[in-house]
Amino acid sequence: MGKGEGVAAEGVFAYATLLSVSKLTKLFGSFAACDGIDLDIRPGEIHALLGENGAGKSTLVKMLFGVLAPTSGSIVWNGEPVRIASPAAARKLGIGMVFQHFSLFEALTVAENIALSLDEKLPLARIAERASELSQAYGLPLDPHAHVADLSVGERQRIEIVRALLQNPQLIILDEPTSVLTPQEADRLFETLFKLRSEGRSVLYISHRLEEVQRICDRATVLRHGKVTGACDPRQETPASLARMMVGAEVAHVSAAGTTTRGDVLLEARHLSAAARTPFAVSLKEICLKVRAGEVLAIAGVAGNGQGELFDALSGEYPVQAEETVQIRGKAVGREGINARRLMGAGFVPEERHGHAAVSVLPLSDNLVLARYWSDRKAFLSGPLGIIRSGAVRMAARRICDVMDVRKSGDDPAAGSLSGGNLQKFIVGRELDRQPAVLVVNQPTWGVDAGAASRIRQALVDLAKAGSAVLVISQDLDEIFEVATEIAVISEGRLSDAYPAGALTREKIGLLMGGLQGKTEATDAH
Amino acid sequence: MRIELEKRASPSQAYALLSPVIALALTLVAGAILFAALGKDPAHALYVLFIGPLTEIWSLHELAVKAAPLIMIGVGLSVCYRCNNWNIGAEGQLVIGAITGSIIPVLFNDWHSPLVLPLMLVMGMIGGALYAAIPAFLKAQTNTNEILTSLMLVYVAQLFLDWMVRGPWRDPEGFNFPVTRQFQDEAILPELLDSGRANLGIVFAILAAFAIWFMMRYTLKGFEIKVIGASERAGRFAGFSRKGMIWFSMMLSGALAGLAGICEVSGVINKLQPEISPGYGFTAIIVAFLGRLNPLGVIVAGLVLGLTYLGGEGAQIELNISDKVVRVFQGMLLFFVLACDTLSIYRVRLSLARAAREA
Repeated sequence: MGKGEGVAAEGVFAYATLLSVSKLTKLFGSFAACDGIDLDIRPGEIHALLGENGAGKSTLVKMLFGVLAPTSGSIVWNGEPVRIASPAAARKLGIGMVFQHFSLFEALTVAENIALSLDEKLPLARIAERASELSQAYGLPLDPHAHVADLSVGERQRIEIVRALLQNPQLIILDEPTSVLTPQEADRLFETLFKLRSEGRSVLYISHRLEEVQRICDRATVLRHGKVTGACDPRQETPASLARMMVGAEVAHVSAAGTTTRGDVLLEARHLSAAARTPFAVSLKEICLKVRAGEVLAIAGVAGNGQGELFDALSGEYPVQAEETVQIRGKAVGREGINARRLMGAGFVPEERHGHAAVSVLPLSDNLVLARYWSDRKAFLSGPLGIIRSGAVRMAARRICDVMDVRKSGDDPAAGSLSGGNLQKFIVGRELDRQPAVLVVNQPTWGVDAGAASRIRQALVDLAKAGSAVLVISQDLDEIFEVATEIAVISEGRLSDAYPAGALTREKIGLLMGGLQGKTEATDAH
Repeated sequence: MRIELEKRASPSQAYALLSPVIALALTLVAGAILFAALGKDPAHALYVLFIGPLTEIWSLHELAVKAAPLIMIGVGLSVCYRCNNWNIGAEGQLVIGAITGSIIPVLFNDWHSPLVLPLMLVMGMIGGALYAAIPAFLKAQTNTNEILTSLMLVYVAQLFLDWMVRGPWRDPEGFNFPVTRQFQDEAILPELLDSGRANLGIVFAILAAFAIWFMMRYTLKGFEIKVIGASERAGRFAGFSRKGMIWFSMMLSGALAGLAGICEVSGVINKLQPEISPGYGFTAIIVAFLGRLNPLGVIVAGLVLGLTYLGGEGAQIELNISDKVVRVFQGMLLFFVLACDTLSIYRVRLSLARAAREA
């Protein structure tokens, strides 16, 4: 560690650029995930790497952190050409990384988790001491002896950050760090980043949230389809111009919901409780919600607060104990399976596309059968053997692709060959095609490009306008404000009351997300 | 130097079709080396093993006799493996099917009726299915690993058969040999042609293969098997039952193994004895994979593996080597099939060269 400091100190003053990447290319087969990327990072700046999912951001930083080997191109660190063969080599150079998905052992303490990731062996007590020093110095409150399982997502992220800081890095790479944070937690993270910058360290900040990037970043590099499409000062740009660089076109605006009159309650949960299925899952506690015809109820919340469990209980993938706690169109269905609920006119879109909403290796037509064989059995199946009418299925699949503008290669390609956005359009379209009276959607546009996202959101709004009840579970506040007529917040398996969308601010949602429901705002002041 | 497996963007289609052929070729090359090391002429040895049996009419009949149980069992296993239920105990289900199917000819040896044979076949299938229901129950209800339970039940079945033919079912006029009575004529599976021993078993095998192929290709049940095999979570989303699929696939493959057992006893041996199968239930695992878990592919694979049994007999006579060489060949074949399958999903990279260039 001592050696690293020496090199770093020299680096700060000796070179105008800390890291310089030129013509960096990564091929997977014939597909170029990164295609001739040029990128310069100066000492003491927060540099944004912007791009939609699939633009090549992750591949690029994986090469910088030694997880992937570049196919061609060069990396220059502090004026020296380097080859980063492994994460250990990257850490040795002075590059630290905080991944989007944490790699922590839930049953171990904070200090033990940090010890596991260190390249050198240090006594646990010493690590705990260093960790609490660092966490205080950078405003990252953290108890080194706490068990990870008991910590919130924000606290877990702090472990990863402290873990990276222990290596005394000159460059810290953060991959979508705010996607799991409440607005308040995000503010705290930004202060830490400013502190790091003031010490002459650099931060490579990966995001697709324009507002954040404009707020905290000094420079930005924009990627699209594996190529650099812009390098700019984000403060000089408008969100629209940044979006244009990311998407390559103007993004259609979703025309808001809430113009129709409200009808009957079509989906209702009455004191819905469900025990956690695994030790680290979330249990649902007394959830009450009502969605009327013509309404879009959006459920906001930080990831891992029971959203998946709520979806499972509402969809009937994991039916609950008490029949009356879930009601679809006035009928108690708590113990019914998913197909019985589909027959009642409900449709479901789970969060995970691959391996849950769709089977990647099967063609689109088969993936249509997957969700609709029972509700549409008269059209799709024939005879006592249950022979699948492939003609009818293919025609329906083609119809869905046309309506939702699904771009694909070939007539009926495997689901896995579609981009995330196109597959999601198909999955949502598969349900809309039935004109469901009730639609439950979990993270409708997670990891979807902006064009597809606005199309999907518009479709949800239109469905509600046509008189259906729509429940959207989302972590994306922008999305929630675009589509919702009512908003509720889920936190630790409890659901807040629903408020009309116009009556809520981001601030208020943030407080509800943090589980501060009922407490005064003063308790959060620091 | 480091060897890396890098996932291909999409599994190579050409490779998927070629891989069983490449695996066969590699097995032949490795076999040739093996024979050379034993001091035998490799070309002659391979001829005796793989070509010789195809040159005579009677041995073609024998091939059908050996391939029939392999195809029947292999087809059932292909369904199991498609939905990730790893039934390794087909050999035991074969043995139990043979025993339950033999109840009528052993205990009602004097009953002469055309009903005897169909009843035997049905009872054999039921026996095999019920025996496979044990690991199915344990997996569905208690999450027990079916690989272990189904495999261990093989030895239970074999010892049970041994006890039956030495104890309660021993032929009273059999001079204390551990065999049952000779079956009555109505209990014997008819032969197809006068020119050799091939019996109805091969017809059942091919019918079973086409029926299962139809199910997998065109019906909702086949679709359910594919979906649950590819992703259990997607299966749940579709409303398919994982437990139901465990029961269905295990009992279907058990029934087909039981059918193979009773066909073997009824068509070839005509009585029960301690050894009724040269490991068909295990070899059928190789058949299922060599046939790429496709019922029609299993027909071809069953014929190939049947050939190794025949060639082994020839090798014993002509080359003076143990018929254990057959097991070696079967093992090598499975090894190469699985290796070639891996290569259709991954490509191999040696990372030494690049390290040197960029340093």
